[in-house]
Amino acid sequence: MELKTKMHAEDGKSDLTITRDFDLPAELVFKAHVEPELFEQWMSHEYGKVKVVKFEPRKHGGWEFETSGPDGTVVFRANGTIHEFVPDKKITRTFEMDNSPFDVQLEFLQFEAVTNDTSRLTINSIYRSPELRDQMLKLPYAAGLSMAHDRLQDTVGKLR
Amino acid sequence: MNLRRDVFQAIADPTRRAILVLIATQSMTAGAIASNFDTARPTVSKHLQILTECELLEQEQKGREVIYSLNPKKMKEIADFIEPFRKMWDDRFNKLEAVMKKYKK
Repeated sequence: MELKTKMHAEDGKSDLTITRDFDLPAELVFKAHVEPELFEQWMSHEYGKVKVVKFEPRKHGGWEFETSGPDGTVVFRANGTIHEFVPDKKITRTFEMDNSPFDVQLEFLQFEAVTNDTSRLTINSIYRSPELRDQMLKLPYAAGLSMAHDRLQDTVGKLR
Repeated sequence: MNLRRDVFQAIADPTRRAILVLIATQSMTAGAIASNFDTARPTVSKHLQILTECELLEQEQKGREVIYSLNPKKMKEIADFIEPFRKMWDDRFNKLEAVMKKYKK
């Protein structure tokens, strides 16, 4: 199946570009990124509930969100600072994960209207080094492997 | 004991990447591979060993020579490593689209 999200990561480079076309006007895609209750809805998933702890939509404002697991304990926390905030058009921010070996990354989010009802979001993320970028890209890959491993253990465990 | 090597670390090295490109079109002996590089032969052997441990290369003994060939399955795995990350964002953005369509109404 063709994914609507495109990703461009050149070998040996320390940045990454994500492009996504939405069947929504640019203003609504922007709103989904800046209204905490909406952001929490689309960022939450079956393994984690996202809560926006802080969101100051202005230059030099801070942001912070956390993800809780099914039992309510916080499993993930991220924060950063907003450097540029142009409503419906652009957000420039830093992104940092708490308690992780990853250095902060710089992100440029650009919201563009394609037609009145469709738009494109382009996220350019810049990491400190190509190695860090690749490690970050591998996180879901590693999580997938680990989940497959857990499932295997579950299955094997039940056979006993 | 062979430590399990990180396949991504293996392909981070330019010489090892060059070896993979070289071998992509045809299987070759260690000697033939080494003759394409200015590097000392033991160094090339070390690279071949790492690539083999990562299962990127397959070895086949032919008489006194070892023939190396590419393991296409493992190569595909590397090409795909970015896919789970892309899938994660695609799922999120699909959800964003659904949430905002409902919001609009």
